[in-house]
Amino acid sequence: MTVTTAVTRSADPPRTRVERLADFADSRFGAATAVKAGARKIFPDHWSFMLGEVALYSFVILILSGVFLTFWYVPSASLVEYEGPYEPLQGLVVSESYESTVNLSWDVRGGLFMRQVHHWAALIFVAATVVHMMRVFFTGAFRKPREMNWVIGVLLALLAIVEGFAGYSLPDDLLSGTGLRIASAIILAIPIVGSYLSFFVFGGEFPGEDFIPRLYTVHVLLVPGIMLALIAVHLFLVVLHKHTQYPGPGRTNQNVVGYPLLPVYVAKAGGFFFIVFGVVALMAATMQINPIWAYGPYDPSPITAGSQPDWYMGFLDGAVRTIPGWEVVLFGEWTLSLNILIPALVLPGLMTVVLVAYPWLEQWVTGDDREHHLLDRPRNVPTRTGLGVMALTFYALLWANGGNDIIAHFLNLSINDLTWFTRIALFVLPPLAFLVTKRICLGLQRRDREKVLHGRETGEVYRLATGEVLERHEPLSPEERWLLVQHDGYLPLEPGPATDANGVRRRGARLDGLRHRLSSFYFGDAVPPVTPHELAQAEAHHHALDGHGAAAGNGHPAVTRGGPPDDADGVLARDPSPAGVGSAPGHSGAAQSGEVREGGSTRA
Amino acid sequence: MSRIAPGGASQDEQSDASGRTVAVADAAGLPERFENPGLPEHRPRLADIDRKAARRAELSVAVMFLLSMVGTVVTIVGYFAFRLDEPTSGELAWSNRTIGLGLFLTIFFIGMGAVQWAKTLMPDHEQIEERHSVESTPETKSAAAGILREGVDDSGIRRRPLILGSLAGALALAPLPALVLLKDLGPNPGNKLRETLWGPGVRAIVDPTKTPLRPEEIQLGQIVHILPEQLGIEPDEGRTEGLEYLNEKAKAAAIVIRLEEGEVPAAARAGAYGGLVAYSKVCTHMGCSVALYEQVTHHLLCPCHQSTFDVLDNCRVIFGPAARALPQLPVGVDDEGYLVATEGFAEPVGPSFWERGDT
Repeated sequence: MTVTTAVTRSADPPRTRVERLADFADSRFGAATAVKAGARKIFPDHWSFMLGEVALYSFVILILSGVFLTFWYVPSASLVEYEGPYEPLQGLVVSESYESTVNLSWDVRGGLFMRQVHHWAALIFVAATVVHMMRVFFTGAFRKPREMNWVIGVLLALLAIVEGFAGYSLPDDLLSGTGLRIASAIILAIPIVGSYLSFFVFGGEFPGEDFIPRLYTVHVLLVPGIMLALIAVHLFLVVLHKHTQYPGPGRTNQNVVGYPLLPVYVAKAGGFFFIVFGVVALMAATMQINPIWAYGPYDPSPITAGSQPDWYMGFLDGAVRTIPGWEVVLFGEWTLSLNILIPALVLPGLMTVVLVAYPWLEQWVTGDDREHHLLDRPRNVPTRTGLGVMALTFYALLWANGGNDIIAHFLNLSINDLTWFTRIALFVLPPLAFLVTKRICLGLQRRDREKVLHGRETGEVYRLATGEVLERHEPLSPEERWLLVQHDGYLPLEPGPATDANGVRRRGARLDGLRHRLSSFYFGDAVPPVTPHELAQAEAHHHALDGHGAAAGNGHPAVTRGGPPDDADGVLARDPSPAGVGSAPGHSGAAQSGEVREGGSTRA
Repeated sequence: MSRIAPGGASQDEQSDASGRTVAVADAAGLPERFENPGLPEHRPRLADIDRKAARRAELSVAVMFLLSMVGTVVTIVGYFAFRLDEPTSGELAWSNRTIGLGLFLTIFFIGMGAVQWAKTLMPDHEQIEERHSVESTPETKSAAAGILREGVDDSGIRRRPLILGSLAGALALAPLPALVLLKDLGPNPGNKLRETLWGPGVRAIVDPTKTPLRPEEIQLGQIVHILPEQLGIEPDEGRTEGLEYLNEKAKAAAIVIRLEEGEVPAAARAGAYGGLVAYSKVCTHMGCSVALYEQVTHHLLCPCHQSTFDVLDNCRVIFGPAARALPQLPVGVDDEGYLVATEGFAEPVGPSFWERGDT
């Protein structure tokens, strides 16, 4: 008989229970390494970073409430007679999925609450996703090295819409059935294979009995599974790249300034999950959503006027309402339903392609392939901001047109006029929005320059002995100033030579030309940040004015004229050299003569 | 690559991790760009310097967690207080409200407490962490390339094009079974999209009362929703009758309208019975029910996308995305004086599909 001697234990055996637990985790998962690397990780703080969190937390809420719903919901289109407590439906033949959803609402305590949590959370999820995308776009957070995370985000937004549509179709009520009828028409319209696809998807004709159970699998397994995986990658990349941060004193492209995960963000972000969940619970407790018993079961014959899909489907519905009745029959044999294909497939497809491609498009146009971890202030990238608002305007117009019947009803307008308005506005308003936004951004940038050069207006107006009226301007602290001068100013890319050394037309010269034109479009009227040299010059003539101030005996330094250097900036845009500022006639000329035009007011 | 305006040298080269910009001086002795002033001084919060304030903050956190506990009690009481056996809508609403508001308190105040704790009592010194590019060093890159090259070489795939080619072929064909296996998701369309239950002599029944209809029951300007008589059963009896009830209803739903006889458009006269004209109710755009009839203008409107059809012009589209007129259902009366279809629809009803053509 062999005796095995006790294996030597590690020199210093853990003593307390916590230590033993920690040792268990470390010896099996290497927990200590993970804690050392991650527990004190720094995250920057900003309210706009919570938008993505709202989306993430809504997704978790959706999974939790969704699991609850699956315990009672029956995914079956088989017809049964309703015998539950809701009188208006008693005796009606309805599908099992409809019956189970009504029962879940009326017979299960907390069931209605959970349904409403699920539906509200879904609306918030898509909304938070979209607003988070807007934040990422307008601050340039999609730039290298985060382009792929932007693409994952776009995919998640698309899947969220699909998932939402699948979800609200499952109760098989009148409203959702009408939505499915429309979905089936979109499938039918697909060239060549449409009718076959539709028959495969629905297991025969619309509506059939196969679709609801299939949709259920898609809604509770397929799409959420993919989304979960994508979200995991999305978050992994956030950790890998470290979070972007807004510019500010002490913040650079090489650091992250903020608070540690443990304990601050565990408490803040963890707490925020409960806050989001709490707000959703409050909404579900007090605001009714999707009362399917009032809509009735799906029946292909009746329809309600003023029916509206969930908000995120609105832009598609609006697009379909906007398009004129274009249908082509090729050779008398093949029907091409442009009135469906363009708004329901081509348009969302194009929108996706543009969204996915934008980071690389901007990189190509600007020639900027550096890593960016500091966010842009939207005003400092006027063209991108303009393009973003242009896209949003387009989207908003489609979305509003999705409710054109409601708008027409409440504003007592003609629905035909409204539709025509949208048809024209879709081409007019977005470019207009671009121009206006870009001008606003440039204006804000000029105001920033003005503030750096001449300080902040104090509202203290002085009248000098000479009769001159001046407003005292307070110079900015270095911290205040830094935010306004930290960004890079860009110039358009120069085109390469059109011909090579032998005078032969260079390959790619045409593409270069296009790139140059786009680059000029991006940066042609850029407003560069103030340089120390420019500030020194501006301060030099403040001191010249100071002479007046001292004479008046007010003792306030840096009294400056409040008039705007509009003309100066006009020069700047073309010639961003420091010399350009000094020689700007409208500015220095007026200042030197001591002339005050508008009593110290500032034109923006 | 990017061109940066004078005075706009790249930040990459200019700043160190502490956040202070390293000055690059120009000829006049001034730096080309402003220097990053570095993190502002930390300003202590009230709770950092005043023990009473800290105590108040601690209390406020505890009160929030207490409120959460209250919420849990409210939820449980609400759950048992409203039993929902044959509930009225009022009972349902109160059950929903108590459970919901209770859970709101439970969940929300855990979050508020945690955030309040973090904001008032946890250290709020901003900390700096350095960033490192995720890009590998050139050595790592070339080592990785070497490993890959070695792996590819070891596999011998380059020396054996036969294997590469046949593998590519196998992988290209492998998805086909997956597609084929999905074929039984549904039957082929066949003639299903072109046929409805309507045919010569099929009686119209009123939707939803399912009673047969005599022409004289329809008054001038009235619209009646009709179905073929085969659908006069309960939907769940469809299966025993060998009939997919909802599928047939989705295609066959129609409307009949009485116009002045003189108003019946010429093109519709052959299928009209006196002033009675019948049309498919399925929108030719996306299949919604074209159920809104405006008596004065004789317009039919689809509420989904506002396609508008002019009954006086044989239901031609006068507005909206629909491209085709609603198909007419030719009607007459049978021996017993009930409204019947004299024929089926001459063309497929509902939304378009590729092989629909001009029919």
